Amino acid sequence: MIAYVIRRIAYAVPILLGVNVITFVLFFVVNSPDDMARLHLGSKHVTADAINKWKSERGYDKPLLWNTMREGSDRATDTIFYRNTVRLFLFDFGQSDSGRDIGYDISQRMWPSLAITLPVFLIGLLLTISLALTIAFFRGTYIDTWAVIVCVAMMSISGLFYIIGGQYVVGKLLRLVPISGFESGWVAIKFVILPVLVGVVGGLGHGTRWYRTIFLEEINRDYVRTARAKGLGEKAVLYGHVLRNALIPILTGVVVVLPSLFLGSLITEAFFGIPGLGSYTIEAIQSQDFAIVRAMVFLGSVLYIIGLILTDISYTLVDPRVRLS
Amino acid sequence: MYSVRPEFIILCHSRRGLPTLHLLLPAWFRLCAGVIITLMLVACGEEPWNSPYPAADSSRAIMYGSFSERPKHLDPVSSYSENEAVFNGQIYEPVVQYHFLKRPYQLVPLTAVALPEPRYFDADGAALPDDAPREAVAEAVYRITIQRGVRYQPHPAFARDDDGHYVYHDLDETTLGDRKRLADFELSGTRELVAADYVYQIKRLVHPRLHSPLAGLMSKYIKGLGAFGQRLREVERDTGRPVDLREYDFPGARVVDRYTYEIVITEKYPQFRYWLAMSFFAPVPWEADVFYGRPGMKERNISLDWYPVGTGPYMLTDNNPNRRMVLERNPNFRGEAYPSEGEPGDAEAGLLARAGERMPFIDVAYYSLEKEPIPEWTKFLQGYYDVSNVLADSFDQAIRFNAQGEAQLTDTMREKGIQLITAVTTSISYMGFNMLDPVVGGDGDRARLLRRAISIAVDYEELISIFANGRGVPAQGPIPPGIFGHVDGANGINPYVYRWVDGHPVRRDIAEARELMRQAGFPQGRDADTGKQLTLYFETVSGGPGSKSLLNWYRKQFDKLGIQLVIRATDYNRFQEKVRKGTAQIFGWGWNADYPDPENFLFLLYGPNGKVEHHGENAVNYDDQRFDELFVRMRAMADGPERQALIDEMVEIVRRDAPWLWGFHPTAYTLYHSWFGNAKPNLMGRNTLKYKTIDAELRARKRREWNQPVVWPVIALVMVLLVSAIPAWRTYRARQKESVG
Repeated sequence: MIAYVIRRIAYAVPILLGVNVITFVLFFVVNSPDDMARLHLGSKHVTADAINKWKSERGYDKPLLWNTMREGSDRATDTIFYRNTVRLFLFDFGQSDSGRDIGYDISQRMWPSLAITLPVFLIGLLLTISLALTIAFFRGTYIDTWAVIVCVAMMSISGLFYIIGGQYVVGKLLRLVPISGFESGWVAIKFVILPVLVGVVGGLGHGTRWYRTIFLEEINRDYVRTARAKGLGEKAVLYGHVLRNALIPILTGVVVVLPSLFLGSLITEAFFGIPGLGSYTIEAIQSQDFAIVRAMVFLGSVLYIIGLILTDISYTLVDPRVRLS
Repeated sequence: MYSVRPEFIILCHSRRGLPTLHLLLPAWFRLCAGVIITLMLVACGEEPWNSPYPAADSSRAIMYGSFSERPKHLDPVSSYSENEAVFNGQIYEPVVQYHFLKRPYQLVPLTAVALPEPRYFDADGAALPDDAPREAVAEAVYRITIQRGVRYQPHPAFARDDDGHYVYHDLDETTLGDRKRLADFELSGTRELVAADYVYQIKRLVHPRLHSPLAGLMSKYIKGLGAFGQRLREVERDTGRPVDLREYDFPGARVVDRYTYEIVITEKYPQFRYWLAMSFFAPVPWEADVFYGRPGMKERNISLDWYPVGTGPYMLTDNNPNRRMVLERNPNFRGEAYPSEGEPGDAEAGLLARAGERMPFIDVAYYSLEKEPIPEWTKFLQGYYDVSNVLADSFDQAIRFNAQGEAQLTDTMREKGIQLITAVTTSISYMGFNMLDPVVGGDGDRARLLRRAISIAVDYEELISIFANGRGVPAQGPIPPGIFGHVDGANGINPYVYRWVDGHPVRRDIAEARELMRQAGFPQGRDADTGKQLTLYFETVSGGPGSKSLLNWYRKQFDKLGIQLVIRATDYNRFQEKVRKGTAQIFGWGWNADYPDPENFLFLLYGPNGKVEHHGENAVNYDDQRFDELFVRMRAMADGPERQALIDEMVEIVRRDAPWLWGFHPTAYTLYHSWFGNAKPNLMGRNTLKYKTIDAELRARKRREWNQPVVWPVIALVMVLLVSAIPAWRTYRARQKESVG
């Protein structure tokens, strides 16, 4: 398995390089270094000298991908792309175009994101699996029918509706928790309750229906019939056999998102005033801060690749037949 | 904090001779009952559950506000945005400030002993009278004396040991250790403000490693500033290390004595006094640059751009623009008396009640990041923000118009004691015609008549009503109300677009516009020679689906004249590029006043400021010789009838030529709670926090009154879920039995 993981990590290098190239090209197709300078310096009284100075300080006065003014390897290395890309592979994110330490900012902003995404993930997973198993237990009854109807209805509602509705009902009408904001430490709990509640309820319909489908597929298999024939109770069949065998499709969807929990959620954080990473990339795109954009895209790609590797590893843990080679 | 009722304690304990509750009821029921009872008990507590602030702060004089976009710069040499001035205005103290109450806006001393008045000299150094013609003036010297005893806020940059050595001026990567924030520095100090700090900041305008938007502009005015910047760049290039500005002098700014300095301007430029009120000319201590310039500081995000150092009434103690920014009272602030004079009506409005009292009145200002308007508005209504703008989504909830068209608060707002203040902003939102364009631009009659026809057709009264909820005043020219040169009433209307009827300006009939089109050679919107329909192109920044209705409205306005308007929506960069290169034909633009002088608006039409040729702020590239001559004369004059006459002529010229559709001056609507005092808007002053008051006791009472939690729906929901689970439970039991059987 170790060899497999090493190989997958090695495969990741060209993928990350490709992602970097695409990010770089897309960013600079839309924004020229002059545009970036103007946005950072403001729109009033900006002179050409000031723009050149800004670009020069940040290395944006160099050619994008190929420096014809240089010789040898410098043609490739004395460029904006090379200078901005290489150190990313050492996880040195450097400084943003506005002069902030990106690594420090990420380390500060990922915890509030996790304070929301982790409880939403764990509670949501527990709740949806429990509900799905319960519905599967009542398959073919009016409970199953109504549960599916409710799930489909919940799936059809926009996530934004849950947020605004949750804020309106819980924060404004019932006045149970702050409608938005965040604090560190234990005080954070009262700020986290509403976004977590909204996140869990918002994902309930989709998750429950998806897991119900998985469990129903398993329930109709031969080994389940055999278990029942042995005289096992329905509870034992569901929890002892169906749930265990349904883990592979569950893990496929679950483990891969684990690392990206660090990245937070843009809309949730914006509405609830959570100072997380969700809005970091969007803010950087709006302010044309390429240093942050490339760092966040790189980080997102790395986390996604880690998620995929973890998924593969988790298969071997839940299904002894799976061998990574 | 929360009281527990005695009956609850009795319920939870066994009574003699009776079985305990836990023997009578199942565990799940006891758990639910416990949660419900606890919720009910906590609901009876003192502090609202939904309060986003610590309970201990409820009785303190703290102002709660919000911001939606993080300030980019807090270094006064770079800071130029409104959202930055909210903070910098309270921290840094230029030598002058705008009077809080008096209108029209007037400057008064802040740290200066008296208002700086220029002394004029000719090329030979001979003194000239104040009314000397502009051409005769070779130098204008501002000699400024500052107050004694003004001290900086506590800051590590000033910390010294027993021997008088600066503690943190020799730090490096190693000695910095784990310090990541300013608060991690154990020691702090202060010192007296001196004239050299103001001169030091003027030098910083052209520091090779700093970016001041004013560097280019001020190099034109301050004697030797441009050359000084060049010299600093050369020194830095030669030495390879940052320059120490104390080692270099230049003739445009010099220290006279400990409390006096001089600024030398190379021409008669009376508007310079307004620049002195901005943070670009606030003092920065050299110690701050040395402290923040140590190795490792920038890498740790410790910079003057993040942690300002000032002498003002407040200091920034928490700068986390991703969550909140906190200003706290500067313990070293000298104190300043609340004004004892205002304009008529101020005393009746209670704005002079604190006259002569020592400011600031508020201890802390707490600004939270709110990116979305819905939670911001809800928190304002709950009493968790003291002030709010009237947001588009909640406009109808807050404002209604009476029969006279005046904005009034709705009953809901009145019941809460919320109050409304409105103020026409010193800004303008206009539609510009590129004067270099062969169709709409140029000095020819054909294009001029076309522009004038469009000026009548585009109904800004309708635009303000539909798209701005009535928050705006149609512009009659480039100068907004409240600025010298603006004329109200019948004499102030743009006669090419309006008529004065029954005491009001009335837009000219569309038939007149069509007649102008005919005269221009475009009868019914078609070229008289070719018969082709006239097509014009409107450049705009893509605003998403929300802007579609506005853009359709523009099309409709042009269609009144038979003109086909093609909308070219693009991203901000491309839009700017098109305007810069002069390839945009018609575009929307705007301007906020830097200072309350007509020069700051009329310069937007001054030929040598043309965007394409001179990279200036004249975005439409308007160029009229007479206008330019008058502008140069007007710029150097003091306010008075003679200056007004020149301005009137200039306004008449541009109204005739119509390089802009004059658009409108937005009106700012601000709501504030009954506990927030001295809320008079001051659109020029950025340092107004010190004048504000908070009645914390009233606020705490209102918050409790408005925010009592409502628990019963939660209890009802739990009950419904429990009851609805009973049939499922029965089915489960039946299946289990069936399965076992």
